[in-house]
Amino acid sequence: MIRITCPHCGPRDQDEFSYAGDATRTRPADPATASAADWHDYVYLRDNPAGPHLEFWHHIHGCRRYVKVLRDVTSHQVLACGWPDADLEAAQ
Amino acid sequence: MIFGRIKDVNACRLPTGGEIDRRRALSFSFDGRSYTGYAGDTLASALLANGVTLVGRSFKYHRPRGIFSAGPEEPNALVELRRDGRQEPNTRATMAELFHGLEATSQNRWPSLALDAMELNDLAGRFLVAGFYYKTFMGFPGWHFYEKRIRAAAGMGKATTELDPDTYERQSAHCDVLVVGGGPSGLAAALTAGRSGARVILVEETDGLGGRLRSERETLGGVPAMRWVAQARAELESLPEVRILTRTTAFGYYDDNMIGAVERVADHLPVPPPHVPRQRLWHIRAGRVVLATGAIERHIAFPHNDRPGVMLAGAVRTYLHRFAVRPGRRAVVVANNDDGYRTALDLRAAGVEVIKVADTRPAGPSAWRERCAAAGIEVTDHAAVTRVHGRLAVIGCDIAPLDGSARPVFEPCDLLAVSGGWSPAVHLHTHALGKIDWDDGLAAFVPGAARQAHVSVGAARGAYSLSACLADGFKAGAEMAQAMGFTTGAVPDTPASDEPDQRPIQAFWAVGSGKKRFVDLQDDVTADDIALAHREGFVSVEHLKRYTTLGMGTDQGKTSNIIGHALMAEARGEPIPQVGTTRFRPPYTPVALGAFAGGDRGRHHTPERRSALHDWHAANGATFVEAGHWLRPQYYLAPEEPAGKQSMDVAITREVQAVRNAVGLVDVSTLGKIDIQGPDAGELLNRLYANGFKTLAVGKARYGLMLREDGIVYDDGTTSRLGEHHYLMTTTTAHAGDVMALIEWYLQVVWPELDVHACSVTEQWAAMALAGPKARDVLAAVVDDGADVSDAALPFMGVIEARIAGVPVRIFRISFSGELSYEINAPADWGTRVWEALAAAGQPHGLRPYGTEAMAILRIEKGHVTHAELDGRVTLDDAGMGRMASSKKWFVGSGMLDKPAFTDPARPKLVGLVPVDGKTRIPAGAILVADPEVPVPPGQLGPEKLGHVSSSAYLSPTVGHPIALGFVSGGPTRRGETVWALFPLRKQEIEVRIADPVFVDPEGGRLRG
Repeated sequence: MIRITCPHCGPRDQDEFSYAGDATRTRPADPATASAADWHDYVYLRDNPAGPHLEFWHHIHGCRRYVKVLRDVTSHQVLACGWPDADLEAAQ
Repeated sequence: MIFGRIKDVNACRLPTGGEIDRRRALSFSFDGRSYTGYAGDTLASALLANGVTLVGRSFKYHRPRGIFSAGPEEPNALVELRRDGRQEPNTRATMAELFHGLEATSQNRWPSLALDAMELNDLAGRFLVAGFYYKTFMGFPGWHFYEKRIRAAAGMGKATTELDPDTYERQSAHCDVLVVGGGPSGLAAALTAGRSGARVILVEETDGLGGRLRSERETLGGVPAMRWVAQARAELESLPEVRILTRTTAFGYYDDNMIGAVERVADHLPVPPPHVPRQRLWHIRAGRVVLATGAIERHIAFPHNDRPGVMLAGAVRTYLHRFAVRPGRRAVVVANNDDGYRTALDLRAAGVEVIKVADTRPAGPSAWRERCAAAGIEVTDHAAVTRVHGRLAVIGCDIAPLDGSARPVFEPCDLLAVSGGWSPAVHLHTHALGKIDWDDGLAAFVPGAARQAHVSVGAARGAYSLSACLADGFKAGAEMAQAMGFTTGAVPDTPASDEPDQRPIQAFWAVGSGKKRFVDLQDDVTADDIALAHREGFVSVEHLKRYTTLGMGTDQGKTSNIIGHALMAEARGEPIPQVGTTRFRPPYTPVALGAFAGGDRGRHHTPERRSALHDWHAANGATFVEAGHWLRPQYYLAPEEPAGKQSMDVAITREVQAVRNAVGLVDVSTLGKIDIQGPDAGELLNRLYANGFKTLAVGKARYGLMLREDGIVYDDGTTSRLGEHHYLMTTTTAHAGDVMALIEWYLQVVWPELDVHACSVTEQWAAMALAGPKARDVLAAVVDDGADVSDAALPFMGVIEARIAGVPVRIFRISFSGELSYEINAPADWGTRVWEALAAAGQPHGLRPYGTEAMAILRIEKGHVTHAELDGRVTLDDAGMGRMASSKKWFVGSGMLDKPAFTDPARPKLVGLVPVDGKTRIPAGAILVADPEVPVPPGQLGPEKLGHVSSSAYLSPTVGHPIALGFVSGGPTRRGETVWALFPLRKQEIEVRIADPVFVDPEGGRLRG
């Protein structure tokens, strides 16, 4: 069971969180004018890297804040945690 | 069970020594016969003390088997313990502590252990080689036909089907240094770490500390080493931050230094004392981990090496020293390392006749060998056992020189002690993804680089001597404490031990020929099976494992894997590291499912949610139904009505008719309620809902539909504007939590610029719907101070605040039933007071409480959708609500609505369905097809599917016959056509007519009335 450091609560067990998806996708900047291709890309397309991966976790049994996590999916090692707008890769 | 007749009291017990308490005799039974052992015995040692050597039958060949080891690695001596709900199969007799009244039974034999009919499998063994079943039984009539019969013949113990009467619990713990293993290395590590003040947890699998020292005659500083163990224990117990957990197995090493361990709190007792769990599952989160897990001895594959009486050499010493049991009278020892000599000397010292030590190595200098020679024990170099004689017990063995220079010599014996060398217990190290390296000098895999914060010490890293174990432990304990920020003193000196140096082991795996050279005793895998797998191309260790079942038993191949892989390496002509080994995975030893479940069983498996009005329902005849975690009233019975299907139908009809003709009251507290406040609250709703919310006026409610980002309908509910910047959203019961999480997602991650806060208030409010033509009369009678609830003051979709019975309430004029209806929210703690006031005021009008069944019928009659329709595959158009989507704004999912798949005219769309015969019930889940008689085209599984039935009202009191909702290709354009509803599970084919989904009051006059 991995440990995730919630920026609000500190290090907590994984079972306090629920996975909330890929954090590398960028939402179309202007949803009103975004093309179908933009939406298709945002909604459906995901990379599947072997190595560090940015993802969101929801501290659903804690403070209910969303946490951005940089995690190596090959070793489960959590490399960095931060608020949703944090640039975790740059901090590495 | 009769414990009176005690036979042959401990014929094989030594007069002195051991850790047993000779003053505390314990009666136990094995296969119905009574025996006596002592406190401190395991079942295995007590059986051996009573001269019982035949304890089981093997998995496949039903060969007689005895006790092979003295620890967790035991492949043979698996027994059933206890009875009834506590009956436990496949328990290792070597790990089961004896208690008074223990009942044990052998497994996998019929009719009895000594006379097993299935032993014929052994004679037929030449046919039952690896892969035999697959090769033979794949033909007619198929594997599934034979599988049942094969599984019955080859097998393990039987699990009970009764409820386990004991309790289990879970506990979490954090520590700076976790030490796994209470042998010399682990104790040394715990001492130096503990002295620094670090929080230390020491887990030990057996009932006491000392590890291998309990099984040896070693000394430290001139005194018995167990005295040092006692001192170490006393010191550890005096340290306030050190916790010792005995009878606790660390079975798995997980991510981020979490170790799973199971503590057998009461396994050594007949029944757990009151309020004490049987077992406790530990989640230990450790800063650093010291793995002092020791090593496991291997055997050698020679013909008939599985006969009762063949025993690992180290286990022989355990029985001698820890249990004061003599496992035989005349012993032969065969070994490829110095441990054989140690065993021979100890046997001799215990008064056992040692016929011979066969050392597979060529003659060479060895301090241990000299000691044996000095003791007058005959040693044959470069020789091995080439055959074991005896069937139910060893009666002798052949010993032959390995260079073939002489014929085998028969040596009579009843104990054959084997040592094929030791394998470090690297299991936890590899669970943590640590690498393992082959060490030629030790002929074993040793821990390599670690991936997590742990270190292996002592025998667990191949440092077998006592002095090396202690030095290793002292150093590691100090280093790990330092790494956690603690200051340690100088590493203590290691007390001097009296052990001589060891002569290196010889890599020696198998000898002799014949079919019955067992590699894996539990799975009946022989050296020939390994050769066969090689010949047939299953040369990778992973294929070898699956083809032969090597290492797939409950012992996970602790004694056998390395032998099997080494033999495969020989067959491939490659070094062992190149052939590799299979990865160990948790659990290290079997863990009872009950320990994982802990308290989460029965009613405690999931939390049970009760509405604030629950007690009223229970006191008024409600039958409850589970809706997610909620318990909701399904229908209400009068006190004189018997429970049963007939009463249920009567009750549901009565409740529906009350709502349609008079008035009903239903608990809707389970609907999700989210309080949304802030200047941007309206903007948030306008983005979340597909329909417009900008124009919603204060004091008004609006039905809203929410889509997913991919355009599929997600959830629906009414949202009311309570103030300028204040809204109350309701969601379906099923999605209440998810919609809350979704709103948090949008506010925190996607639109952090919106100035709005959202908070779940589902449990803060009791919610009830008052519905029916008389609803307004009841409401008017019950509101305080004559509040105006007329159609003008509180029109359809209006919201007011008022008081009922003194309680401040919110009243929403919304309708799910299609009748004139008010949803009333009261603070949860005052809900019952409001409900009771409504019920009392309704009595003159014939008010009835109604449950989920009537509610479902009412909404199906009105064609209202729920999650049965909005099942994650349905678009707005499919549900007949396409016109609700706003064309003036962007909203979640709007960018995806033009997908070709969404606009396909063949998409199934919402319709009503009625049986053509006017009486047959249409089951939900039935498949809609045009004509079941049309032959199915080749390559297609069934007739073309036009859609399915989503919801069904088996009886519609208002319409007078069964009705249903469903989705059919073409949807409303097919109104009036007939199709067929197929329900193959019940072999039903029902002709149904497609109708309008709104069966009652399509104009909506009633709810606006």
